[in-house]
Amino acid sequence: MAALQRALGRNSAYLLVGPAALWLGIFFVIPMISLLTTSLSDPAGSPIYGYSMTWRFENYVDVVADYWPYLVRSFVYAGIATVLCLILGYTLAYAIAFKAGRFKTLMLVLVVAPFFTSFLVRTLSWKLILADNGWLVETLKTLHLMPEDGRLLATPIAVVAGLTYNFLPFMILPLYASLEKIDPKLNEAAADLYANPFKRFWNVVWPLSLPGVVGGTLLTFIPASGDYINASLLGNPNTQMVGNRIQSLFTTGSDYPHAAALSVILMVLIVVMVMVYVRRAGTEDLL
Amino acid sequence: MSLADGRTRDLRLAGLHKQYPNGFAAVQSLDLEIPQGSFFALLGPSGCGKTTTLRMVAGLEVPTAGTIHIGDQDITHEKPYKRPVNTVFQNYALFPHLTIAENVEFGPRRRGEKDVSAQAKEILELTELTEQASKKPAQLSGGQQQRVALARALINRPEVLLLDEPLGALDLKLRRAMQIELKRIQEEVGLTFVHVTHDQEEAMTMADTVAVMNLGVIEQMGTPYELYTNPRTTFVANFLGRSNLIKGTVLGREGSGADAVVKVDMHGTVVTISAARVHTESSEGWVGIRPEKVLIQPEGTPIDAPGDHFSGAVVTGSSYIGVSTEYELLMPWGQEITCFEQNTGRRGGLVPVGTRVDVSWRPEFAFLLDSSQDAEAGIQET
Ligand SMILES: Nc1ncnc2c1ncn2[C@@H]1O[C@H](COP(=O)(O)OP(=O)(O)O)[C@@H](O)[C@H]1O
Ligand SMILES: [Mg+2]
Repeated sequence: MAALQRALGRNSAYLLVGPAALWLGIFFVIPMISLLTTSLSDPAGSPIYGYSMTWRFENYVDVVADYWPYLVRSFVYAGIATVLCLILGYTLAYAIAFKAGRFKTLMLVLVVAPFFTSFLVRTLSWKLILADNGWLVETLKTLHLMPEDGRLLATPIAVVAGLTYNFLPFMILPLYASLEKIDPKLNEAAADLYANPFKRFWNVVWPLSLPGVVGGTLLTFIPASGDYINASLLGNPNTQMVGNRIQSLFTTGSDYPHAAALSVILMVLIVVMVMVYVRRAGTEDLL
Repeated sequence: MSLADGRTRDLRLAGLHKQYPNGFAAVQSLDLEIPQGSFFALLGPSGCGKTTTLRMVAGLEVPTAGTIHIGDQDITHEKPYKRPVNTVFQNYALFPHLTIAENVEFGPRRRGEKDVSAQAKEILELTELTEQASKKPAQLSGGQQQRVALARALINRPEVLLLDEPLGALDLKLRRAMQIELKRIQEEVGLTFVHVTHDQEEAMTMADTVAVMNLGVIEQMGTPYELYTNPRTTFVANFLGRSNLIKGTVLGREGSGADAVVKVDMHGTVVTISAARVHTESSEGWVGIRPEKVLIQPEGTPIDAPGDHFSGAVVTGSSYIGVSTEYELLMPWGQEITCFEQNTGRRGGLVPVGTRVDVSWRPEFAFLLDSSQDAEAGIQET
């Protein structure tokens, strides 16, 4: 009987892992292999007749030589947006966790509410808000906070603002989750032990919220680095990010091997940066 | 020690009042004076306002009215991190992300002290935590965590150390051991300890002075001996140990000075009570007598104790505890009272249930309480 149970127990583990493994196999491993082989194929082919895999590593050299400024811009924009999200998100998550009282649930619902409309529609509406003859620009000009020929739309500011806006909830939710877990008694204990509000934050709240900080910055930085919607809707040709290049190589350029090579480079760079970051934050065991 | 010499750092709470935003008055015009260097216990049932009082002293709660002084320094509105007061919290509140040593060093580091590590080493030794120094709180047992909380507060050498039911989470055996330990540490460091507890035995064995608190007010304060032998209210009489409270009518006062007594008619028997133990002005009162002061003897055999005598009681129940036996006695007027008898072996067995007995006690052990108070106040359900 016990032996049967043990055998079943072992099998039930496989049964439980099975669906997820299958899913990952079909939708991650196979596309990954396809991406890698495409990235090493001869660009002489076409999407219709296929590409021949020739171990053409020059694809990588080509895209780095041609598109490195886009890579740099992507990481700079994503980095600025992540820092802005962290500042805005931390303040808000802190307020929801410790100061909201009975409005806690309402505020959390409001944080998630934008997800009820499409990402695309929301970004498009930013286009209206930031438009050259929109109310925002008009008001800023009337108040002389902006020069007469100044604009917001189609500037790097608009792109970074769009990224910040779109990824803010992904920062707030993990931050809230780890701030909310902090026992308020710890703050009182720190106050009792001669820590003023600043020291309490720095020595108690901040270190205990690090898992949320790491989680939130990763969930913001990674998708923001690969994003192209914000740059294409709110930016100009000089604010294009690597995502825009990959997208146009795949679509208008029909150059799959170079598009694939650029995607792989983006992916590898992100993985390396995440690993360095997580190690530096000293939170491997928290993840 | 007097205020005049300017050195005493007694803790004084005057007219302290706390009303929570929901309108509940948790502490009401509390006056307390806690001498520097004493081991003081604040004893009361759960919910009586002990934690609220400590939090006001620590600065974690703002009093609605009243003042808090240490010596002649008014700290009523001082920020918690500026007060020379530290707290051992009810559930310890150790910092989970810091090691034991870092937890202990937290206070001195925030104050920017020098040779913090040496201080920590010393205090970890005092609390027998040296081996645990590099562990995290979650890796420690309850008793060890309790000692960390103590060490973390003690290292700052506060003028007043507040302990909020510090032993409440420990099992009985560990609690007894820690009581002795705490007392030893207090004697060693000589700081003022304010120990909050709902355990009357803990308060009595540890503290020099005990204040009994109920419903937001101090009922009585004194040495454990004074409180036990001469309670002023029915609450104190029942909460500290147990008492038999019997209705009586005051007949009058006799004698004067230390010998003054009050005569009380208790269901037909006149008993005398020392005037120092009379705590009522009215013509009726509760005559109180501790169960271990009640002597019994089966009818017909001579009772060998002088004092107030009653005959016609019946034993209605007994429970044998080993060291003593607890008898339930039905008095002629229909009230049940309790008697604890040491099992000295003198009787050569127990008094059987149903036996008619004579009852007596020495008048100097009785006390008289106000009849308007609830005779059931402070009785703890077991
Ligand atoms: N923040 C608060 N708001 C309202 N009532 C409270 C608050 N804190 C405590 N109380 C109430 O005040 C009373 C005293 O609480 P407390 O001081 O914690 O008692 P104790 O420590 O003696 O058990 C309790 O009835 C409790 O419910
Ligand atoms: Mg309490």
